Amino acid sequence: MNGVHDMGGMHGFGALPLEENEPVFHGEWEERALALTLAMAAWGKWNIDASRHAREKLPPADYLRYSYYERWIEALANMMVEHGLVSAEELRQGQPAAGSSKAQPPLDATKALAALRRGGPADRAVDQAPRFAIGQSVRAINHHPAGHTRLPRYARGKRGEIVMHHGAHVFADSNAHFLGEAPQHLYAVRFSARELWGPQGRPQDCVTLDLWEPHLEAA
Amino acid sequence: MHDESKHEHGSHGHGDHDHGHDHDHEHQHPPSPAALRVKAIETLLVEKGLVDPQALDAIIETYAEKVGPRNGARVVARAWSDPAYLERLRQDATAAIAELDFQGRQGEHMVVVENDARTHNLVVCTLCSCYPWPVLGLPPVWYKSDAYRSRAVIDPRGVLSEFGVELPEDKAVQVWDSTAEVRYLVLPERPAGTEGMSEEELADLVTRDSMIGTGLPLSPEEARS
Repeated sequence: MNGVHDMGGMHGFGALPLEENEPVFHGEWEERALALTLAMAAWGKWNIDASRHAREKLPPADYLRYSYYERWIEALANMMVEHGLVSAEELRQGQPAAGSSKAQPPLDATKALAALRRGGPADRAVDQAPRFAIGQSVRAINHHPAGHTRLPRYARGKRGEIVMHHGAHVFADSNAHFLGEAPQHLYAVRFSARELWGPQGRPQDCVTLDLWEPHLEAA
Repeated sequence: MHDESKHEHGSHGHGDHDHGHDHDHEHQHPPSPAALRVKAIETLLVEKGLVDPQALDAIIETYAEKVGPRNGARVVARAWSDPAYLERLRQDATAAIAELDFQGRQGEHMVVVENDARTHNLVVCTLCSCYPWPVLGLPPVWYKSDAYRSRAVIDPRGVLSEFGVELPEDKAVQVWDSTAEVRYLVLPERPAGTEGMSEEELADLVTRDSMIGTGLPLSPEEARS
């Protein structure tokens, strides 16, 4: 989707908010927001791509106003309602609906630590051979889907070069919409700064993105 | 220069950090709307039996105390010290990093990109804030900021200058936008005057920012001061 989350190359966001001796969390609520989001994923009602899409789908003005962990917690609230884990009314009231039964959490402390250590590898075995080879010239497609895509606007229609083949990975653009993992070959594709930004790009500089085969055409 | 990695929690779960001050400070103010919102959601989820508070505590302890940029510094120091390790890192960074027991969520597919005399690497995630958690911990605020996400790809040298890093004109800047589940770790150049230093001493030169590409490693003199 052409959302405000797709920020690469935008202007006007000002100076970097650098902080000396920055703590890992700014307040206890940030810790809890992180942990709640990771723990609720264990219900298996969504996946990491759907989580990212839930954050992108926040109203643009809210997205820009929220801090990072506010984006997380509001997206989590929306996903929990959407997937029936809590009702909108329960969220408003802050307590379970009268007469609702109590569930058994899928993660205790031991299982939570094991899940963090295991992670969620995205590589998959596929039968198809990769369509592109390292060194090959490609063009990122010019597409503007209303749904999730990991091909940012600033690279669309631009010509680049394949510099790595990462194997086949879960295709985020499909998985975010629960349309299946649809694994596709994933490549690191290098674009020159000149190609992306015109004359203001320095000739020796470049930007490399990870793009899936459906994002690319031979050029 | 902006850097905090030496003050972060180490990989051994202890250290001279000042994490607690943040909490003390927080308690002097009424809770923010975000804090109230998160508290309300946590209470609801615990009452509904959807989360176990002990699982939340275990997750928080992991990222507050166990996982942080000292992990990545150990990887870099070993790569500087051991040519065979560097070669394994080039061939399969995920496996080489797992040799040091760093692995898991947001580090499932690691690639190491090497700075050299001609190229400086810089990592960003323009679409969200993807970051290699097992080696660097959770990302700092600036990495997640709209300013960094928007500017790193179009104006990397302007970004670097805000970190006090000025590169020679003829050095190429190679930006890596983490658009998939591959996570990039920058291998900075080994500083001059570090011959004969142990792996442990070398690790003290490796800052968090130097592994993202927004900083350079400390010189032995800077590390002593």
